[in-house]
Amino acid sequence: MNYFPDEVVEHVFDFITSHKDRNSVSLVCKSWYKIERYSRQRVFIGNCYSITPQRLIARFPGLKSLTLKGKPHFADFNLVPHDWGGFVYPWIKALAKSKIGLEELRLKRMVVSDDSLELLSKSFPNFKSLVLVSCEGFTTDGVAAIAANCRFLRELDLQENEVEDHRGHWLSCFPESCTSLVSLNFACLKGEINLASLERLVARSPNLKSLRLNRVVPLDTLQKLLMRAPQLVDLGIGSYVDDPSSEVFSKLKAVIQLCNSIRSLSGFLEVAPWCMSAIYPICENLTFLNLSYAPGLQGNDLTKLVQQCRKLQRLWILDCIGDKGLGVVASTCKELQELRVFPSDPYDAENAAVTEEGLVLISAGCPKLNSLLYFCHQMTNAALITVARNCTNFIRFRLCILDPVKADPVTNQPLDEGFGAIVRSNKSLKRLSLSGHLTDQVFLYIGMYAKKLEMLSIAFAGDSNKGMLYVLNGCKKLRKLEIRDCPFGDVALLQDMGKYETMRSLWMSSCKVTLGACKTLAKKMPSLNVEIINESEQLEFSLDDRFLVDKMYLYRTLVGHRKDAPEYVWLL
Amino acid sequence: MSSENGKRLLETDAGGLNFEATELTLGLPGEPRVTSDGGAKLGSKRGISETVDLKLGDNNPEVKLGHSLQEAAKSPVSKTQVVGWPPVRGFAKRGKKSCKYVKVAVDGAPYLRKVDLEMYNSYQQLLTSLEDMFSCFTIRNYLNEKKIDQVNGIEYMPTYEDKDGDWMLVGDVPWQMFVESCKRLRLMKSSEAVGLGLKTAPKYSSTN
Repeated sequence: MNYFPDEVVEHVFDFITSHKDRNSVSLVCKSWYKIERYSRQRVFIGNCYSITPQRLIARFPGLKSLTLKGKPHFADFNLVPHDWGGFVYPWIKALAKSKIGLEELRLKRMVVSDDSLELLSKSFPNFKSLVLVSCEGFTTDGVAAIAANCRFLRELDLQENEVEDHRGHWLSCFPESCTSLVSLNFACLKGEINLASLERLVARSPNLKSLRLNRVVPLDTLQKLLMRAPQLVDLGIGSYVDDPSSEVFSKLKAVIQLCNSIRSLSGFLEVAPWCMSAIYPICENLTFLNLSYAPGLQGNDLTKLVQQCRKLQRLWILDCIGDKGLGVVASTCKELQELRVFPSDPYDAENAAVTEEGLVLISAGCPKLNSLLYFCHQMTNAALITVARNCTNFIRFRLCILDPVKADPVTNQPLDEGFGAIVRSNKSLKRLSLSGHLTDQVFLYIGMYAKKLEMLSIAFAGDSNKGMLYVLNGCKKLRKLEIRDCPFGDVALLQDMGKYETMRSLWMSSCKVTLGACKTLAKKMPSLNVEIINESEQLEFSLDDRFLVDKMYLYRTLVGHRKDAPEYVWLL
Repeated sequence: MSSENGKRLLETDAGGLNFEATELTLGLPGEPRVTSDGGAKLGSKRGISETVDLKLGDNNPEVKLGHSLQEAAKSPVSKTQVVGWPPVRGFAKRGKKSCKYVKVAVDGAPYLRKVDLEMYNSYQQLLTSLEDMFSCFTIRNYLNEKKIDQVNGIEYMPTYEDKDGDWMLVGDVPWQMFVESCKRLRLMKSSEAVGLGLKTAPKYSSTN
């Protein structure tokens, strides 16, 4: 490659798109490093505290698309206090000051203020795409700024954010000249919007392919929107309630027949089961169906719908579909790759909606299954062993038994053997979440067999430090490890400190790690930030090294301690 | 049961369930398969473990386990006390009717109001909204500052009735858990709250 001029090498690099590959390419030699960094347009930063915006800007002057992640994953489950961090403002401020022509920003678990959004909207004339997932800190005023100021906006995608709703003028802020929208998702907003504005917006957006509405958009508006946008590929329905004998409903049925490009269907934030039949005509082409937010649909309703969806590749559904319903999925959806079954009432253990039986049926019927998230009331070793025989392609396997220490109800044994079978037969497994009664044995199996594992989530499992050590020693590709309520302590934490430099992060909460061990680790490994989250009233200097730390989060970084940590986060 | 493509379904009784035969024997030589100590395996926060007492290697496991599970079932409350479990993102109110209107009573007001708890993301938002609604009163806020109403010098404690019928102080549990269990709200005059022994205000996690 040294014989070719830089432009040729750069042209070759254009074909290398994955982040991992580009990162590898940049390590080959100084010349490639230089060519790569000038030609790089998309950068992914998995932990916003691992690097500073200044260094990002210095290295990649051609940056167009930035993805940033902030809080640790367990923040999704209320384990990370408010104000912990993950603020996007410094990033936007630094980028705005630079010459970077940012076009796309994708954030996950970050704190986004209205000021950030406003600055973003005014600083980058070519800005095209904003995707916010599980973020918080902004209101609809910030969204309005984006709508008003981003003249070439193509994508505004708000997924599961906590947004303070100042009631709906934001939609009217899209200027009449804005006709470039391709994707608009505001399903997570709670408040009213101006329906007429929405209709006009959709009418003047000929490229609109993805539209996800919020709960307040009624069925008759839906019908009007679909009339304007029969080219939609991805639809998220807001409210889906009407009298089936009404004229509006007939119109809806008619217009849905014309929407034969729809491949992905979600939402149903309010739904009347008797209206579902109108959807049937588009079911046969669906590849993604997400009914996990739909309240009040019974197992029968779900089953009848799923029976029409022969081409489904991804299904997100509530556990009220039941084991029998999953059997119908198994016999209908032969193309199924990803299944997520969510609990409809996480605190109610009385109504056992899905059990190991449903999972076994799915494993037997869906040969392409590679990704699973399954909330159930019980699981057996026999079932997991059967699943492991049937499915050897899992990339993601996340099993959540609602009682976190429940053993195999038939044999009263821990679920070590079952999970052991899963990791043994699924050699490509990258992500694993465990639950149920588990001893150190399961970790032995994971360390032995899960050689490609990148992310592991553990709760209420194990007997001793050995468990954690098996994983740290055996899983060579491990990047993220998150542990809660396990008896792992200092010995496991400190055995191989260099290991954490090969990982993105480690979370341990309610384990047996002491303050002293954390201090030792922080001292010996300057390339790691070791953070303690302390929500008790006690002050740092009054605590003994033997103090059991409640929450510890450590991550590798190139830039030392962060400057924005709140008082209750101790940076060791 | 068998399916067309020969994949295995659960092997039901063909001469009794023989799990030993199906169990993987992957342990290192000499390693015990199960620990004898069933007690010390859980971490320091033992919300669930207090109620479930598993003893491994017992000959008669079903009796003990059944008993423990019965004990656990008797105290379902302890299951809901474990923060962050199940690991379902709290924001996603899956499967629930998405309106949660509850009555709000204020001591001394002639009529009640209703609020939809689903419209708020945090305690702070709810209390601010209640203050707006009952604009002549002020509610003792979460920072424990004494906000005495200018007009008539009365302070109010926000309380709610939960699913069990008990009257609770607003703010102790994570927001989503509160929305789940709240049946109605009452703003109680602080003078009546004497004797509840409340020295510190609860720490509201305002975005939970």
